[in-house]
Amino acid sequence: MNIVVLLKQTPDTESVIRIAPDGQSIVTQDLKWIINPYDEFAVEAALRLKEKHGGTVTIVSWGPQRVVESVRTALAMGADKGVLLDDEALEGSDSLGVARALAAAVQGLEPDIVLCGSRAVDYDLAQRGPMVAELLGWPHLGLAVSLESDGSTVTIERPIEGGKVTLQASLPALVTMGGSHAVWNPRYASLPGIMKAKKKPLEMKKLADLGLSADECGAQAAKIRIVSLEMPPERKPGRIIDDGLDTEGKAAALVKALHEEAKVI
Amino acid sequence: MADCVVSIAEFRAGNFRRVSFEVASEARKVADALNLPLYGIAVGCGVGEKAVELGYYGVDKVFVADDAALENYVPELYVPVVASLIEQWQPAAVFLPASVDGKDLSARLAARLQTGLAQDCIQVVCDGGVIKAKRPIFAGKCLAWCEWADGALPMISCRPNVMDCQAADATRQAQVEKVPVDLPEARSQALGVELDTTGKVELTEAEIIVSGGRGMKAAENFAILEQLAKELGAAVGASRAAVDAGWRPHSDQVGQTGKVVNPNLYIAVGISGAIQHLAGMGSSKYIVAVNKDPEAPIFTKADYGIVEDLFKFIPAFTEEVRKMKSTC
Ligand SMILES: Cc1cc2nc3c(=O)[nH]c(=O)nc-3n(C[C@H](O)[C@H](O)[C@H](O)COP(=O)(O)OP(=O)(O)OC[C@H]3O[C@@H](n4cnc5c(N)ncnc54)[C@H](O)[C@@H]3O)c2cc1C
Repeated sequence: MNIVVLLKQTPDTESVIRIAPDGQSIVTQDLKWIINPYDEFAVEAALRLKEKHGGTVTIVSWGPQRVVESVRTALAMGADKGVLLDDEALEGSDSLGVARALAAAVQGLEPDIVLCGSRAVDYDLAQRGPMVAELLGWPHLGLAVSLESDGSTVTIERPIEGGKVTLQASLPALVTMGGSHAVWNPRYASLPGIMKAKKKPLEMKKLADLGLSADECGAQAAKIRIVSLEMPPERKPGRIIDDGLDTEGKAAALVKALHEEAKVI
Repeated sequence: MADCVVSIAEFRAGNFRRVSFEVASEARKVADALNLPLYGIAVGCGVGEKAVELGYYGVDKVFVADDAALENYVPELYVPVVASLIEQWQPAAVFLPASVDGKDLSARLAARLQTGLAQDCIQVVCDGGVIKAKRPIFAGKCLAWCEWADGALPMISCRPNVMDCQAADATRQAQVEKVPVDLPEARSQALGVELDTTGKVELTEAEIIVSGGRGMKAAENFAILEQLAKELGAAVGASRAAVDAGWRPHSDQVGQTGKVVNPNLYIAVGISGAIQHLAGMGSSKYIVAVNKDPEAPIFTKADYGIVEDLFKFIPAFTEEVRKMKSTC
């Protein structure tokens, strides 16, 4: 099976986010970078598919040279090769611009299935998968918490509010991953894996290599942009309910506070 | 010149989901600011007479695509049905629910209509005819205002439970028009749906959430949180530590890699308050923390803190809630 994973590098989830002086972007220096956790689930799901059906797993990513490290991590987990789209023109792209570039990269690889996270933990756009599928004219199944394939179809379970749906598509198709670490339990890169990854092929591409230009994918093409950032209101530290009360006393005081002060119960 | 504002509703198992009314209310405000009619789109199976309900929230005209094949959300089927309607108009903006299905539909629809989508918005303004939308990024650690390029159609999905929903006005009658459904050949399908009928409250829509963490120590101990939740009419959530331990299903996880919630009241029980957890619940109106460690970071974010052993405190608190409910 020819499997492609779309992988984004995001700041570590531990990161403290600060607004840059331009007021429109975040301070990126000093950030630690990781594979977007949902994309890491996609790498895991891809490796499991490969274990069952054979074939290759290709990682397709985009961004500056620091992203090489995340692609190498995925290769160390067991993926076979990587493609990194590193083109300055993609800076300032919107989701559609990035999706156009990714769809072109995917098309060239002729995969049976494309997997990616349902969202990235940085800008939370939740658009890449469905947009790439739309541009390819493929079916997509979103927010998978399970994934089965017999080689010609793919079946997933999708949680919806108050229940779940089982969805199926014939291949080629795109699946976005939901769930949690507990569901996908992505494997770690082993030491031999890390050694091997250094020798695995990693191709660098520019938009022009995909037959695309900056006016189709770059900032000029963006239909939507961030005009300003603000921090959410700081939470004031509250009050510890103690006053020398015993457990019952504190329970009663909390009920009173929630009922009379906050009026939320 | 634009001829309308569009509001897309979500219909499931015979009813509009509440978020549809929130979305219509928000879209109505923008339509009023622009002096335009509000068109609703309702896709599903058995939408029939329910469609008028959208009128109660300000929709002037509802376009209904009703077909057995549209019973469940399948992107390949829904997208062309909705897109073909929108393509007949020159909308000033399109509003959708940022529900599970709505986020998926909106993304694919934005690609089909070649426009920009502001996903999961918490505020929309329309100033001098210019629409701006605010959305949380980094799971709420920062907020971004978005604007559209000249000539681009603003698409906005609205986070459930955040936008003001206007009171239903049953005297407002919407015009309802059934549209012919011409379904494309699809390579994907819904095989089955399992809906939870226990009346469990969905986390992203809950007014009150009681969440347990590693301090709960075992799956069966969540029974005391379930009891408290029952008294309060609350949903039960969990930290990643509790989910990873297998005590709770992944769908209960609150945080940066779980659900982002915004209840009126969030009660964190035996949760330390790691940055990834705070990212998911930091926008709750009120936060209560119950933790035996007075140094737990959650206390710096909590409106009310209780330093106690949760196994002693939660039953006592549940009892006090019960007493309070029986006297008022
Ligand atoms: C990539 C990534 C993504 C993540 N995503 C998430 C996420 O989405 N959501 C999330 O929650 N975490 C997430 N985390 C994990 C996060 O960093 C923390 O590990 C996790 O939130 C800790 O859970 P906890 O507070 O329940 O456990 P702990 O940090 O172990 O805290 C347990 C608390 O319980 C208290 N306690 C123990 N016994 C009692 C008792 N008897 N009575 C009262 N209090 C007691 C202790 O004092 C302690 O404060 C993520 C981490 C990573 C690396």
